[in-house]
Amino acid sequence: MKPTYAHFSPLQRLLHWTMALLILTMLFVGVGMVATLSHAHDTLIAIHRPLGIAILLLVLLRIGLRLRRGSPPLPNDMPTLQRTVARLSHLVLYALMLAMPLIGWSMLSAEGYPVTMFGGVHLPAIMPHDIRLFALLRALHTYLALLLFVTVLGHLAAALFHGLIRRDGVFSSMARGARRA
Amino acid sequence: MTKPSFPAPERICVPCRLAAIGAVVLAMAGGFAYVAGWLTPQRLTTHRIINAFEADNGSHPGFRRNHAKGVCVSGYFDSNGKAAALSTAGVFAPGLTPVIGRFAIPGGNPSAPDTSVPIRSLALLFTQHDGEQWRTGMNSVPVFPVHTPEQFYQQLVAAKPDPATGKPDPAALKAFYAANPETHPFLAWVKGHAPSSSFANGSYYSVNAFRFVDAQGEGHAVRWAMVPETPFAPVTDEQNSEKNFLQADLAARLQAGPLRWHLIVTQAAPGDPTDDATLQWPDGRQQIDAGTLVIEHETSQDDGPCRDVNFDPTVLPAGIRTSNDPLLAARSAAYSVSYNRRTREEALDPNLHRLQPNGDRP
Repeated sequence: MKPTYAHFSPLQRLLHWTMALLILTMLFVGVGMVATLSHAHDTLIAIHRPLGIAILLLVLLRIGLRLRRGSPPLPNDMPTLQRTVARLSHLVLYALMLAMPLIGWSMLSAEGYPVTMFGGVHLPAIMPHDIRLFALLRALHTYLALLLFVTVLGHLAAALFHGLIRRDGVFSSMARGARRA
Repeated sequence: MTKPSFPAPERICVPCRLAAIGAVVLAMAGGFAYVAGWLTPQRLTTHRIINAFEADNGSHPGFRRNHAKGVCVSGYFDSNGKAAALSTAGVFAPGLTPVIGRFAIPGGNPSAPDTSVPIRSLALLFTQHDGEQWRTGMNSVPVFPVHTPEQFYQQLVAAKPDPATGKPDPAALKAFYAANPETHPFLAWVKGHAPSSSFANGSYYSVNAFRFVDAQGEGHAVRWAMVPETPFAPVTDEQNSEKNFLQADLAARLQAGPLRWHLIVTQAAPGDPTDDATLQWPDGRQQIDAGTLVIEHETSQDDGPCRDVNFDPTVLPAGIRTSNDPLLAARSAAYSVSYNRRTREEALDPNLHRLQPNGDRP
């Protein structure tokens, strides 16, 4: 049996907070770049692609860590419904963190568009040039981004609820390490 | 007073804290909605530009929202290596680069007569041997009517057909041109130049400025043009009485053999504006003939290789960069919305580009 910890490991916490910042940035960059006609459009697009690939690499590392080390147990006095929502919302977060960059990459591939990282560095296409596939992936990318944003907001609200109202150690398990006695 | 080691729940103001949590979530959702443009419907966004095209031209599912009527072409670019001193892009090294492209006329109606506008356009996609792409959309007029995306939108609004006549109100357009003197060089150019009799004998200009980057990392402000080997001839009265002479003419010419253009790169002198597509650079600027565009084949845009391509002028290989022209980012952003809409329409209706037995579109 895996040992249980009351706090996430320092590496898990570093990944969590780094990715929290990157994903929020990504969501705002994404929704801004498709709306604006200004020079910001080009800059935001240039950020969006490499940032998405960075998130893809980080989430792979993070899933590995989570499978190896697990997560601190939820408090015993949490109602069953809350526990279920907590588990499901984390599954959704992990699934979307993994799916969004892959859909973005696939979508550009299906459009026949270069997947530029920086300068002349490009990623290969991972899907055939097919606009019906593109249309599907393009719509998915938008709707799943909105779902991700709503889930992130729910996650944030729940974390603050644990930290400010329940004060049951769930927030501090990600906010800091264990205090030495 | 000593701090209790386990704070009793009644010690905290639960409603205050719930309100604080709510405020954090609302602030983030509000910021997101603001960036998306949902809170400011009067702000000019990509969607409003494309909506304006749809309002002016009507609904034509599956077609580009502008330059809707066109024909696919393919061939290659034969670089002579002369532009390699200005740009490290692979396309300028001596040798051949495959090209697909599209001749078109401006406007959002794919059935508009060729005589509806005095302008032709040529869009190209060069695929370098290293996989990098260069996409460009050029017009047969070297200057653009407007300087900014906002003016462009105002022009679309002014060109909106009057529901009573089905045609734009000439007074509204006149008022727009009077209120925007930046349009005058464009209007003067169109007035002084007859439209070409063919896609084959037109020159096509990059309109916007770009930056070539050389091996030392030095930038050079440039514009380019595709200048035909076929001698220019103005459109004839006979052609003016026909609706669709451009595509038939191109097909006939290509039956007889490939068509050629020279890629002429013009370098700006210090002080020449690179952020204003309404202004031509003065004559006498240094020019380079970078090589020959050879167009060999044409195909219908209903199933040709150009159909599924978004000729986004900001797709550039290393060695070519955008300039500070505000129209470039706007073109990229708006083309993307047009592409998303038409590909979605194609996906939802696979028969969109299949002609009915009588030749009409479904």
